[in-house]
Amino acid sequence: MSTGHAGVDTRGDSSAGARAYAHQFDSAEHQHGTAQLGMWVFIAQEILFFGGLFLAYTVYRFMYPEAFAQASRHLDIVLGGFNTVVLIGSSLTMAIAVHGAQLGKRWMQVIFLLLTIFLGCVFLGVKAIEYGHKFHEHLVPGPNFRFDGDAGHAQIFFSLYFVMTGLHALHMVIGIAILGVLVWQAARGAYGRAYYSPVELTGLYWHFVDIIWIFLFPLLYLIGRH
Amino acid sequence: MTSTNYINADYGIWSWLLTKDHKRIAILYLVSITLMFILGGFFALLIRLELLTPAGDLLAADTYNKMFTMHGIVMVFFFLIPSIPAVLGNFLVPMMIGARDLAFPRLNLASWYIYMAGAAFTLYAIFTGGVDTGWTFYTPYSTAAANTKVIPAALGIFITGFSSILTGLNFIVTIHRMRAPGLTWFRLPLFIWAHYATSIIFILGTPVIAITILLVAVERGFNFGIFDPKLGGDPVLFQHLFWFYSHPAVYIMVLPSMGVVSELITCFSRKTVFGYGFVAVSSMAIAVLGFLVWGHHLFVSGQSVYASMIFSVLSFLVAIPSAVKVFNWTATLYRGSIEFAAPLIYALGFIGLFTIGGLTGVFLATLGFDVHVHDTYFVVAHFHYIMVGGAMMGYLGGLHYWWPKISGRMYPEWPARIGAAIIFIGFNLTFFPQFLAGYLGMPRRYHMYPPEFQVLNVMSTAGATVLGIGYLLPLTYLLWSLRYGKAAPANPWRATGLEWQTPSPPPTDNFATTPFVTEEAYDYSSVPEAELV
Repeated sequence: MSTGHAGVDTRGDSSAGARAYAHQFDSAEHQHGTAQLGMWVFIAQEILFFGGLFLAYTVYRFMYPEAFAQASRHLDIVLGGFNTVVLIGSSLTMAIAVHGAQLGKRWMQVIFLLLTIFLGCVFLGVKAIEYGHKFHEHLVPGPNFRFDGDAGHAQIFFSLYFVMTGLHALHMVIGIAILGVLVWQAARGAYGRAYYSPVELTGLYWHFVDIIWIFLFPLLYLIGRH
Repeated sequence: MTSTNYINADYGIWSWLLTKDHKRIAILYLVSITLMFILGGFFALLIRLELLTPAGDLLAADTYNKMFTMHGIVMVFFFLIPSIPAVLGNFLVPMMIGARDLAFPRLNLASWYIYMAGAAFTLYAIFTGGVDTGWTFYTPYSTAAANTKVIPAALGIFITGFSSILTGLNFIVTIHRMRAPGLTWFRLPLFIWAHYATSIIFILGTPVIAITILLVAVERGFNFGIFDPKLGGDPVLFQHLFWFYSHPAVYIMVLPSMGVVSELITCFSRKTVFGYGFVAVSSMAIAVLGFLVWGHHLFVSGQSVYASMIFSVLSFLVAIPSAVKVFNWTATLYRGSIEFAAPLIYALGFIGLFTIGGLTGVFLATLGFDVHVHDTYFVVAHFHYIMVGGAMMGYLGGLHYWWPKISGRMYPEWPARIGAAIIFIGFNLTFFPQFLAGYLGMPRRYHMYPPEFQVLNVMSTAGATVLGIGYLLPLTYLLWSLRYGKAAPANPWRATGLEWQTPSPPPTDNFATTPFVTEEAYDYSSVPEAELV
């Protein structure tokens, strides 16, 4: 293909710090939209990542519905329900933090990011307590697994329970670490009307992790309770 | 004469290890995957030496199991999958679309470090005792029976998977968002279409193998039971999950190669590609259909016969877009002004070998035939025709074609042509006898075999020797050309394409001014020869 050279010359503009976007982009909007698309594609791969687990869950629940219902009753619905509320609350504080970044309100961002971190830590703390209970009740799969009833199939349920909630918790730990960096940056005034992509993208990620839990909670906690 | 380019823009090891330039990252990948290729080739050498005689005289059975396992793991996950995307794709995707870099340069560098971290785990597994499950990690063998380094090898593959995912993410976003003005979707080079299709597989397939291989590691490490038949778990579920990725992974290996071949054929026949739209869309069709055929690996695993029939038919369908490509390449060559440069010899080799590999794939998708040759050398020969004959020929062809752009030096043409011919001959001598041995019933993955197969195996080992020499040739003269090769002009092949409109090697920002595209890709007819030079 033959080409002309009618394009915009951006090379004169390459002095570092002279502009609010990286050298490969044409404008701040170009950079922002590109970063957004990147996060959506990342979330697409996350769905497939958890998708393998949801598939395994579906197959085994279809094969062993009784054992899954029995095993599900051993999960603590109060703690699980409490955590669901905590996590939905954290999505709210996250959304307000993103709003604060878009408005350029520095302390609104910092406060609500800190609240999000706090709620995330509450979730993880409760999750740790639940794991502790399962450990004492010998419900962790392996040689020490004890279960009155269909022990083999219940062990599959608990294997899935620990892998799914464990990976979900790992995603939250990563999210909290990123939020920590955001708090520090936000306090320095790094984000405002012109540039708030990191806050918004972290928000997308955080909501995604929240939605995973919205699926995990009924599938794991509520199937034996009707 | 030497102006500032991406190679001499900065010096020192850290300027490479901390670079965010897609071209330098491509070089980092090139070095890493070449080393992995040599390692994988070494395992192949030991396999072929063992199979020279019917007796198990060179390697014990256990050692042999480790050799074919590690050959597979290294070649598939650490060479073939990253080969074209991470080296040529990294270098060329931004240049072909007139961008200054990929959308996320830091993520691109991170991908390379993730690849290296995964490689470190797997190399640790290899050098501290090896792994012997087969590259497929089938359960319950990998979870309960094998007593080798399964967990570090699995974690290495898990980690490396994220390098592929992030590369795919970068390509998708870059192709959507970073195209030069005027470069509409149907003006994109076919190399870009192929990489877009490949990236979709990276994004939708790789996470599934990641979680699957993680489940194997968890089951092995913590005695969890997800695939454990003792608890009621289903090992066949592992196979479904594994092949949901690993069949599309074959298209990860061959689609970029098809993209390369499209570029080579059109350039060296000096014609626009025949049926551009069909070739472009066929890449997407292969990517989509590729996700619907995994069950053809499970014909003898106790899968329902009705499921097998559907998977069989869907697998046949992949032949359609594949054939579209082969016929369109051939039609492009027809009455073209053909120049038998080394890259074109590789491309022609690709067409022939891919056709054989593809057609035998249709045989294998046929239920009755597959039951007969399942787990024989027929399968081994088939997938080597696709993965070595196809993917590797495309990779080498592309590496030669863009070598002047990458290195700023011309490779020596005659040694390259001879090398391409030796590789083609050596390849066929290695793998064609395996079709025969497999059809006659020689099973794969044994270090001993009945004496009647010896002639075919000796031919195969002789061919592998020729093939090995063939691979050493480009390794030697490409390195030689870095110092002694002729300096390359901006467009040595008089090719179309934005990457040829900037100096060789390109400056760090790729283009002095952002190009403005006004024409279709591969318009060799309307451009006067003089302007091309």
